[in-house]
Amino acid sequence: MTFEKFVFYLFAAILVYAATMVITRRNPVHSALFLVLAFFASAGIWLLAEAEFLAIVLILVYVGAVMVLFLFVVMMLDIDLATLRAGFINYMPVGALMALVMAIEIFLVVGPGNFGLDKMPAPAARPSSYNNTEELGSVLYTVYMYQFEVAAVILLVGIIAAIGLTMRKRPETKYQNPSLQVRVKKADRLRVIKMDAED
Amino acid sequence: MESLITLWEWLGQNLIVLQILIKIVVIVAPLMLCVAYFTYAERKLIGYMQVRIGPNRVGPKGWLQPIADAVKLMFKEIVIPTKANKVLFLIAPLLTLGPALAAWAVFPFSEGLVLADLNAGLLYILALTSIGVYGVIIAGWASNSKYAFLGAMRSAAQIVAYEIAMGFALVGVLVAAGSLNLGEIVRAQQSEAGIFGWFWLPLFPLFLIYFISGVAETNRAPFDVAEGESEIVAGFHVEYSGMPFAVFFLGEYANMILISALTALLFLGGWLSPLPASWVDGVFLLGDGIHWLFLKAAFAGFFFLWFRATFPRYRYDQIMRLGWKVFIPITIVWILVVGIMVVYRFAWFS
Repeated sequence: MTFEKFVFYLFAAILVYAATMVITRRNPVHSALFLVLAFFASAGIWLLAEAEFLAIVLILVYVGAVMVLFLFVVMMLDIDLATLRAGFINYMPVGALMALVMAIEIFLVVGPGNFGLDKMPAPAARPSSYNNTEELGSVLYTVYMYQFEVAAVILLVGIIAAIGLTMRKRPETKYQNPSLQVRVKKADRLRVIKMDAED
Repeated sequence: MESLITLWEWLGQNLIVLQILIKIVVIVAPLMLCVAYFTYAERKLIGYMQVRIGPNRVGPKGWLQPIADAVKLMFKEIVIPTKANKVLFLIAPLLTLGPALAAWAVFPFSEGLVLADLNAGLLYILALTSIGVYGVIIAGWASNSKYAFLGAMRSAAQIVAYEIAMGFALVGVLVAAGSLNLGEIVRAQQSEAGIFGWFWLPLFPLFLIYFISGVAETNRAPFDVAEGESEIVAGFHVEYSGMPFAVFFLGEYANMILISALTALLFLGGWLSPLPASWVDGVFLLGDGIHWLFLKAAFAGFFFLWFRATFPRYRYDQIMRLGWKVFIPITIVWILVVGIMVVYRFAWFS
C-alpha cells in the first residue's frame, strides 16, 4: 500500500465514522460536531485529489461559517427526544421506502458501473506551480458565467426572502440612532449653573 | 558549519518529516516566547498608560513575570465542573490554540523563508482563522454554565459578522496583488515608492477594516463581549483553571500576534524596507529583511494593547451594527474601487 492510499483510507474511515455518528448520536450538539469532523475528512480527501481550492473553501464556508450558525441554533434548542421518537414505528414503512428509493438512485448515478480506472483514467499529476484557483475562476467566469450568475441571484432571493419572513417591527423596542448620539454636543446635555453657597 | 549544511540537505532528501518538524519547532518556539513577553508588554504598557508601574517584582524590572505566571498555571489544579462534558471541555482550549499555530505554516518571513509556499495561502489563513471560534463555542457549551454559554453565543454571532468583513477586506488585497500566495502579495507591494507603494495606501479603508475585524475576531477589547468580566464574569472560560485556561490564554495572544503579522504582511509590505530599494539596496539593516516584518508586526501589536487601555467595551447591538451596517458595505464599495484602479492601471498597479 502506498502512502497516498494509506492516507486516503484513513480519511475515508474517519469520514464514514463521523457521518455515522452524525445520525446516531442522541445529543444534537455532538451530531453537529461530528459533521464538522466529516467536513474535515472530506476536505482531506479533496486535498489528496489535488483540489486544494475546493478543500480549503469547504473548511472556510462550511466549517467556518455554516456550522457555526448551526451550532449556534442547535445549542439553544431544547430537543425532547421522547416526543421525536413517539411516531417512529408508524412512520417506519414510509421512511424505509424513501431510503430504499434514494439508495437505488444513488447507486444508479454513482454505482461502480460508472467509475473505475477503465471508465475514468487517473488525471495526470500537475506540477506544484499549477494553480487550480485560477483555473476554476477562469472557467467559472467565462464558460459557466450564466449558471454562476443565476446561482448568485437565487441566493440573493433566498437572503431577501429569509429576511422578509423573519423581520418584524416591534413597537415596544427601544432604539437609539447612533448618528444622533454622535452628534450630541456638550451644550445639549450639560448646563452649568452658578449657585450661591448656602449659609 | 559545512557539515551542518550537508546534514540539513541529507535530512531534506531522506527524512523530510524530521526536517519539517525541526522547521516547525524553529517557528513555534520563538512564537511561544513572543506570546509570553507579549503578556508582559501588555501589563507594563497598560500600567504606564494608567499611570501605574505594572509588574516589577519577579526578576529585574519584572522580566521573569511571564515565566512565573506560566509555572503557577502549570501547577494549579484543573477543575472540571461535575456536569460538564469532559472530553469537549478539555478539547476546547486546544481548538483555540491549534489554528493559531497552524496558520504560521504558510507565513513567509522573508524572501523564500517559508515553511509551505502554498498557492492558496491567503485562503488557508482565512480558513484557519475562521475555525478558531470553535474553541470558544465548545468551551461555552461544554462548561454547562450560564455565563459561559452566554459568552459563547455572543462570540459566535460576533465572529460570523466580522469574518465576512475580514474576508471582503482580503478579497481587496487579492484583487490588488492578483495572487493568493502570501509571498506574491508582498512582492506585488515592491516599488520605487517604498512605503507609499504598499497596499495600506490604495486599500486604506480595507486596511482599517481588516485590522479592526482582526481585533474583533480575537475577542480583544473593545470587542471582548465574549469575556465581558463586568457582565458575565469571564464569559466562555469562566469554568477553566490551571493549564486549560493557560492554553486559552496562549491561543488568544498567539492569535493577536498572527493578526498583527498578517496586517504587516498584507498591507504594510511584509519584509520590504520602507525606503525605495534603489537607495538602500544592500545597506546593512536598511535593506529588505525579516527585521522589518518584526518591526511592523510589533507596531500593529502595540495597537491591540493601546485599544485595550483606551476604549470602553462595545455594547452587543453596537458591535453588530458596526459589523453589518458599516464595515461590510464599505468593503464592498472599496472592492469595486480597487477593481477599477487595477483595470485602469492606477499608480500602484501599473
